[in-house]
Amino acid sequence: MEDLKKIAKEVRRDIVKTLLEAGSGHPAGSLSMTDILVALYFGIMHHDPKNPNWKDRDRLVVSNGHTCPALYSVLARSGYFPIQKLKTYAKLGSPLQGHPEREKLLGIETTSGPLGCGLAQACGMAWAARLDNSHFRVFCTVSDAEHDEGNHWEGVLFAAKYKLSNLTLIVDRNNIQIEGHTEDTMPLEPLKEKYIAFNWNVLDIDGHNIAAIINAVNEARKVDDRPTVIIVHTIAGKGVSFMEDKSEWHAKVLNKEEAKLALSEL
Amino acid sequence: MINKKFRSIRDGFGEALVEVGEKNKDVVVLTADLKESTRVNLFAEKFPERFIEVGVAEQALVTIASGMAAEGKIPFTTSYAVFSPGRTLDQIRTTIALNNVPVKIVGAHAGLGAGPYGSTHQALEDITIMRTLPNMVVVVPCDFEEAKKATKEIAKNKKPTYLRLARQESGRVTTPNSPFKVGRAEILRQSKNPQVAIVACGVMVYEALVAAKELAKIEIETEVINCHTIKPMDERTIIRSAKTTGAVVTCEEHQIDGGMGSAVAEILSRNFPVPIEFIGVPNVFGESGKPEELFKKFKMTSKDIIKAVKRVLLRKNSV
Repeated sequence: MEDLKKIAKEVRRDIVKTLLEAGSGHPAGSLSMTDILVALYFGIMHHDPKNPNWKDRDRLVVSNGHTCPALYSVLARSGYFPIQKLKTYAKLGSPLQGHPEREKLLGIETTSGPLGCGLAQACGMAWAARLDNSHFRVFCTVSDAEHDEGNHWEGVLFAAKYKLSNLTLIVDRNNIQIEGHTEDTMPLEPLKEKYIAFNWNVLDIDGHNIAAIINAVNEARKVDDRPTVIIVHTIAGKGVSFMEDKSEWHAKVLNKEEAKLALSEL
Repeated sequence: MINKKFRSIRDGFGEALVEVGEKNKDVVVLTADLKESTRVNLFAEKFPERFIEVGVAEQALVTIASGMAAEGKIPFTTSYAVFSPGRTLDQIRTTIALNNVPVKIVGAHAGLGAGPYGSTHQALEDITIMRTLPNMVVVVPCDFEEAKKATKEIAKNKKPTYLRLARQESGRVTTPNSPFKVGRAEILRQSKNPQVAIVACGVMVYEALVAAKELAKIEIETEVINCHTIKPMDERTIIRSAKTTGAVVTCEEHQIDGGMGSAVAEILSRNFPVPIEFIGVPNVFGESGKPEELFKKFKMTSKDIIKAVKRVLLRKNSV
């Protein structure tokens, strides 16, 4: 577990450097997603960086595609591509697009960015896996603000109807969105109770505890009659004091001094 | 029950889909609460394990299909064209076209065929929307037999594809033996010395043939092209025909702006500019009424095509 914490620290440093180099991107969500992605790639999912299209790999749909600086770092540190490539993020000709694209980078299951579309795609994958009698699991990460989107709730209904127990949804509950706090922009609470009412299995955990995330996913594996959602309570901008819980850092560009300060804290 | 004598475009789709399902176990069908009227009930009865009802949720319809296609399935999604692709443009753009996965988006009741339901249900913008998406194939069959062939062929093309289906019963234009290939326009009527090319798609192909027959009686010879594939359009046939005739009339059950006629005009203005007249809806919304009444209102009958041919001839001859 100490190893995974170390990796998460490196990933957070990568995010700061990547965003500084690009002069573009989404720091707050990338930092809140870090522990979730490290847990998935280093402690949960069956996958093979040398064979990204391995048929039996677990699938991950990152519906909140704007957090891809974290995803790219985790992919690089898993061995999908060299870490130096992170410098090309969002630059012309790079496979590391500003929002992730399946056709540009091996290891990306689906293109994302426009919010609210990921869960339904993950549902399609989970349904297809069941039809084919495949045993891989489908994971989907979503931001909390994505719950404003109707398309997301259509997926919530569908997963419950077809009892997609091979599907695990992970909500990055960091409480912020572009305009401010989620509960001011469009209140989501009681979120847990909403999922319970929609016939999902619901787990509610601390998001910056990698062991807790891995344990929760293992709990989800035991449930075979409905999909599971893990509401992961995170802090936007986690690890950088001046960004934590600040919605203005949703998509703000770091300057050199800020990056230096951030790296000194990480 | 299907009328054996005069079967509709959507019946052709529904029947062919069963054949496609028999041949290929990867074919799955999703609908958004419109099983019966999009004719996928036949598939659902035969292959219940490969049929998915998503409820009145068009955004989920296409995004779930995208996920299935990523796993090697060939999903056909059905709804009315006003809802999908009408409502689902963003989802189709990102999760199907940009992902480049072989989802077949089937838009039924396209055009004015939803008549009495009014403009809310008359999809007149869908060709424009879909033909601008990179990777997307767009096919508009003209009758029952062509809908069957189109359905079977797009199931195999491995590409994101939009299949546009009219609701009304069209006149019969093709037979089981008529040639059909996505991307190749068919010249349905030829003459020794054609003066105008009439390029049409969907139910307008029949109207174009009726017009051509009438025009022949007054010694105006035309060439009628069934341009069932809007994208990729058969540029060679369109250019060759413009060179032969020197004037074109385009006919579609769709807004003129950005539709099939626009695609023809883009090709000709780049390669061989000739006068063009456009038959279609002139950038206004429809309204409730019988389809035939609406076709008259928007000057889209065979009589209107005859007038357009005469207009384009005047322009051609005054150059």
